[in-house]
Amino acid sequence: MKSSLSTNIGSLRLDQPTVLASGILGISLDVFKRLHNAGAGAVVTKSLSKEPWEGYPNPTIFSVKGGGWINAVGLSNPGAETFAKMIEPNDDVPIIVSLVGSIEDDFEYMMKKFEKCNVAAYELNLSCPHVAKVGLEIGDDIELVSKIIKRVKSVTDVPIIAKVGLGKSDYLKTVEAAVSSGVDAITAINTVRAMAIDVETQMPILSNKIGGLSGTPIKPIALRCVYEIASKFDIPIMGCGGISSWEDAVEFILAGASVVQFGSVMGDHWVETFSEINSGIQNYMERKGYATIGEMVGRAKRQ
Amino acid sequence: MEEQRDNNHPHICVIEKIVDETPTVRTLYFKDSILANVLPGQFAMIWIPGVNELPMSVMVSDVNDQAALTVRKRGESSSALYNLSPGKQIGVRGPYGNSFEIKDGKILLIGGGTGLVPLMRLIKFSNPSNHITVLMGSQTKNEVFFEETAKKLLQNNSHEIIPVTEDGSYGEKGYVTDVLETLLEKNSYDAIYTCGPELMMYKTVQMAQKNGIFVQASLERMMKCGVGICGSCCVNDDLACRDGTVFDGDHLSTKSEFGHSHRTKSGILEEI
Repeated sequence: MKSSLSTNIGSLRLDQPTVLASGILGISLDVFKRLHNAGAGAVVTKSLSKEPWEGYPNPTIFSVKGGGWINAVGLSNPGAETFAKMIEPNDDVPIIVSLVGSIEDDFEYMMKKFEKCNVAAYELNLSCPHVAKVGLEIGDDIELVSKIIKRVKSVTDVPIIAKVGLGKSDYLKTVEAAVSSGVDAITAINTVRAMAIDVETQMPILSNKIGGLSGTPIKPIALRCVYEIASKFDIPIMGCGGISSWEDAVEFILAGASVVQFGSVMGDHWVETFSEINSGIQNYMERKGYATIGEMVGRAKRQ
Repeated sequence: MEEQRDNNHPHICVIEKIVDETPTVRTLYFKDSILANVLPGQFAMIWIPGVNELPMSVMVSDVNDQAALTVRKRGESSSALYNLSPGKQIGVRGPYGNSFEIKDGKILLIGGGTGLVPLMRLIKFSNPSNHITVLMGSQTKNEVFFEETAKKLLQNNSHEIIPVTEDGSYGEKGYVTDVLETLLEKNSYDAIYTCGPELMMYKTVQMAQKNGIFVQASLERMMKCGVGICGSCCVNDDLACRDGTVFDGDHLSTKSEFGHSHRTKSGILEEI
């Protein structure tokens, strides 16, 4: 039996379940094409804002001794308008546009810039852990989350995905607000607030001092979140957080994710990651007798 | 218990010695067995605590296990590195990137400014039987550096070192690429390697290709992560940090951004 890797996230159908996470390699259409050819089912762009942002000075990314990465890039991005112009010629790569903003007007304003583009879905970044007034501060404000989702659902037919993370309030409340406001899918989770101090210089290493932890150390946490969301809500999920092997990817699917996103693993394994994980998932499906990804989604919840 | 070094995590080194190369260029020496032995074309991310972290080529030293950084004071961050005194700490991570594919025979190196750093390392890795021509470009006489360094590194090779200044105050007058053009009319080479200002590399690649000579260039781009995650350094669909920094001329000539545009800190493509 030949198993199919195609998967659905709401109305969006992807040929492969492996997706490039936001913030990773997300500023060039040529790079998106390369990743798609390398096996990415879709790519999520860097989070775009109304105006271009330079981000923080370096150091912005480094690895943690013992595993994982800490970053505080500071949402550097060329701005929605410039970015929209760059991807306008695209007609073959499924591009999920990630957006950050402070109020519902920001998101509507940016979506207008993408009217001429093929946008597979919008992922609203409600969970960046290292930039004030956007990201986690928004995700923690349940009422604002509802307002934003309701507004964007009223201005576009493109699927809306909310990316949640671990902020100060219960992330399940954020998910609940998003789901009841009509969101099409949830991405869980973002990086987790973290830092590292160099003992010789006795200084925080990141220029922003605090950033987000990604990579293998957060995988069990992200998996738990996907499992919890899948258990409580009937909503498609993109699992994200420390996925670095086909086995990790299958774990997330069994927990309830229809799609897996990854990024940090690229720092170690580079673009080959997509085809390696895809073929690992396919081998597993054939061994276990699954024809489709859908048959596996949430299997671990069945007891 | 000896701790295993994580090359993606800043490792603290102490500046031991500083050598002034020109009124605006300095070489800072420090002990580090890993960076001391990087391949030509590879780079490291250099953390100046409290200031910034910069991608830099690693300069050679004649002391074992000693690495060096040659820096021109320009912006705030490079000036902060330039102004560090012996005893001060820097963090290093890497090495990152690929390296020059070193051919044998008649080799030509063409560089400008601190772009000469990886070319000096290339000499160190090159076969003593190679004939090596070094074209070193700068604006004016007091900005010429590494002439003595190159001589010392080339003492066992047959070689010629040709300084070129834009104002003609030292060596040949004009741009290094003008001198290259003249050399290519008279001589043939087995390989050309270049590092420095992008337009110089662009012209060099064009001329080498026109003459059917193998050519490689080491590219510089805005870098943040160094490991292929952040995407800041992309050149079309390549990442300078991961697919480069060294690219073949054949490959570069298919890239519309080479010689034309690079990205800003926010990722906007702008003309060079």
